Amino acid sequence: MNRRDAIARVGLLVGGTVIGAESFLSGCTKRSSDKVSRILFSNEIVSLMDEVGETILPTTASAPGAKAARIGEFMKTIVLDCYEEKDQVIFINGAGLVQQNAQLKYGKTFHALDEKEKYQLISSLDTEAKEHKQKIKKEDDVHYFTMIKQLTLWGYFTSQIGSENALRYLPVPGKFVGCVDYTKGDRAWSEI
Amino acid sequence: MAENVFDAIVVGSGISGGWAAKELCERGLKTIMLERGKNVEHIKDYVNANKAPWEFKHRGKAPIDMKHEYRRAVSEKNNDWWVKDSDCPYTEVKRFDWYRGYQVGGRSLIWGKQSYRLSEIDFEANAKEGIAVDWPVRYNDIATWYDHVERFAGISGNRDGLAQLPDGQFLPAMDMTCVEKDLAARIKDHYKGKRHMIIGRAAHVTGPLEGRTQCQFRDKCGLGCPFGGYFSTQSSTLPAAQKTGNLTLRPWSIVTQVLYDKDRKRATGVEILDAETNQTYVYQAKVIFLNASALNSTWILMNSATDVWPDGLGSSSGELGHNLMDHHLGVGVGGWVEGYEDKYYYGRRPNGIYIPRFRNIFGDKRDYLRGFGYQGAASREGWSRNIAEYNIGAELKEALSEPGRWTFGMGGFGEMLPSHDNKITLDKTKKDRWGLNVLSFDCELKENELKMRKDMLADALEMLEAAGVRDVGGSDGDGTPGRGIHEMGTARMGHDPKTSVLNKWNQVWDAPNVFVTDGAFMTSSACQNPSLTYMAFTARAAHYAVEELKKMNL
Repeated sequence: MNRRDAIARVGLLVGGTVIGAESFLSGCTKRSSDKVSRILFSNEIVSLMDEVGETILPTTASAPGAKAARIGEFMKTIVLDCYEEKDQVIFINGAGLVQQNAQLKYGKTFHALDEKEKYQLISSLDTEAKEHKQKIKKEDDVHYFTMIKQLTLWGYFTSQIGSENALRYLPVPGKFVGCVDYTKGDRAWSEI
Repeated sequence: MAENVFDAIVVGSGISGGWAAKELCERGLKTIMLERGKNVEHIKDYVNANKAPWEFKHRGKAPIDMKHEYRRAVSEKNNDWWVKDSDCPYTEVKRFDWYRGYQVGGRSLIWGKQSYRLSEIDFEANAKEGIAVDWPVRYNDIATWYDHVERFAGISGNRDGLAQLPDGQFLPAMDMTCVEKDLAARIKDHYKGKRHMIIGRAAHVTGPLEGRTQCQFRDKCGLGCPFGGYFSTQSSTLPAAQKTGNLTLRPWSIVTQVLYDKDRKRATGVEILDAETNQTYVYQAKVIFLNASALNSTWILMNSATDVWPDGLGSSSGELGHNLMDHHLGVGVGGWVEGYEDKYYYGRRPNGIYIPRFRNIFGDKRDYLRGFGYQGAASREGWSRNIAEYNIGAELKEALSEPGRWTFGMGGFGEMLPSHDNKITLDKTKKDRWGLNVLSFDCELKENELKMRKDMLADALEMLEAAGVRDVGGSDGDGTPGRGIHEMGTARMGHDPKTSVLNKWNQVWDAPNVFVTDGAFMTSSACQNPSLTYMAFTARAAHYAVEELKKMNL
C-alpha cells in the first residue's frame, strides 16, 4: 500500500485533474462539527442533482446516463458523510445557485428547462468553475460546480450502470497481459 | 502436557510469526501462537473481497466519522484491519506515523507484497562505512534461507542478474506493459546498463505451487484474497502449521511480558492479558519467538525482567529501543508518454516496476551514504482525467469511457541509517485502554536521508526525461518516518552483547531461548522492502532453535 500511496500521489502530479485531491482520493478531510444536518440535503436537491448529473453525463446510445445511476442519492451520501462542513455549505448553497441561475437566465426552474437550455446553463457553470480555479489562492477554495462535476464522474463511473455499460467490468480477469491491441472505441476497464 | 505448557510460544501472527509457527510446528514442537487481535478466518472473513465498487456505500472512501479514529484516511473497504489510533495511542516527541494491523494474519493481509533480497552490499555496509555496528550475518549465511522461504511463499519475479538485488527462486514474472518495456530499454541504453527498470518481485502465485491457487489479477488484495493468490499467514503459513496438529492459535492475547528466570538466565514463558476479558494468563515454553511487529516486540522486551534490568530484557546493551528505522517515502515523479494509443492491457496487475538501487555502488560516490529504489507503473488514464475538448455532455461521457493517454509515475524508497538517537521509549505517563504503558517515539530523518532525497528527486526527473516521458514533474512530499510502514531496528543483531540486543541467530543475548525475528532485528535497513528478509531470518532462527533444543542448549 506504500507503493500505491506513492503512485496515487504521482497520479495527482500527472493528471492534475482532481480538485480537493486529499478528500477525493484518500478519504474525507476533517470537519469540525456536524452543523449541516440531513434535512438540508432535501429531496429537491437530490432531484435537481439527478438532472444536473444527467446533463453532465447524459444517456447515450451506448449507456444510460447519470440519472439512471441515481447520481443525486450518491451525492447526498458523500456530501453528508464525507464532506467537511465548509464544503457541505458550499455544496448546498451551490445547489441553490443552480436554481437561481435557471431563474435569472430563463425564468424557469432547472427541471423546466429544455435539454439545450440545461446544456447551456451547466456548460456556463463549468466555465465559471474553471475560471474560479485559475483565480483562487488557496487549494481548498473549491467552486461548487467542481464538486458537482467530480461527484458526477466518480459516482457514475463506479456505479453498476457506469461500470458495466459505459466501461468494461471484469471482476475476475484470471490473468494479466501487459500489452494487448486496442482499437479506438474500445471501453476502458472499470474498477472492480 | 499441562494446559498452558508448550514447547514453543510465538508472539504475533503476521508475516514473521506465521513463519515461526510453521517452521517450529513442522519440526515437531507443540506451539502456541498468541495474537493480540481478533481472529480472521481465511476466505470466510474476507467479507468485502467479492463486493463490486457500487456495493460500498461510499465507494471505498472513508467517511468523516471513520476517519477521526485513524491517523490517516483508510478505505471503508478494509478499515477493520488497521488499528484505530484512538484505541491504541502512542506519544510522539517527533511525529511518527505508526500503522498497525492487530488481527490474526497481522499486516500480512494488507501488505504491499513486494519481495526483495538484501545483498552482500547491504550486509557489509555498516562495517565498511563504520556506521552503527556490523551485521553478524553475511549474504551467504542467509541465501539458502531466502531460497527456502521463496519456494514456499511463492514469489513471482524475473531473474535479472543484478548484484545489488540477488535473484531468487521465482515463479513466473508478471508482464510489463508495452510502455514499461520501452522505458526500461531506454533507461538501460541511456545509462549504459548501469540502471535498470525491472518488473516488481511480488508474493503472488503465478505458477503451480502446492496448496495454493494462482493470482486472478483482480488487484483487490487488501480486502483479503478468496483465492489465496498472495502470501499471507492465512493463505500460506497458518494452514501449514495447522496441518501438523502441533499448533494452538489464541487470538485476543496481549503479551505483557516475557517471564524470566534470572538463576537459569532463561525465559520460562509469557504473561498475557486477554484483550476481551482483561484476565491474566501465563503460558510456559522452552523457546519463545517474538514476532509482535518490530516496535511491539521491543515493547514486550522493555516490560520484561525489569527486576533484573529496569529498562527491560535486552537493555543491558543500552541499545534496546534505539536505532529505529523506516524507509523514507514521499518523493514522487511522473509524466505522460506519447503514442501507444493502439495498446492497452488485460487484467489488473497487483505489482509494478522496480528500479533497484544504483547510487553509491559499483564506483558511484555521492555526498551521502547508501541509496534508494523506485517503484512505479505505467498505465492509461481513466475517467478522472481532464478532457480539454469537452466540458460536459455526450462527448465527454464517450471520451471518458475510453482509456486516455499513457502515464508513468514512480516513488522513491530510501534507506535510513541506523541512529542511536532515533528511538522508542516507554511512556509511563500514558496508558492504553488495557492500562498498559504506551510507546513514545523520537525519530526523524537526518542529514544523510535529507541529502539522499535531493538525489532521489533529481535522479527520477532526469531518468524519466531521458526515457522520453513528457511533462515530467515531481515533488519531495511527506517523508515522515513510519509512512513506509517498514519499521525496523530497536533490538538489533550484532557481534557483541555490549552493543547489540540479539546475536547472529536472533537470540536475545541475555535470554538465549528468546528469539526476535521481526523487523526489530534489522541492523541496517537497506532500501528494499524488508518482509522477505524477516521470513528468511525467521526460518533460519527456528531451525537453529530446534537444533539447540535437541542439544539441550536452551
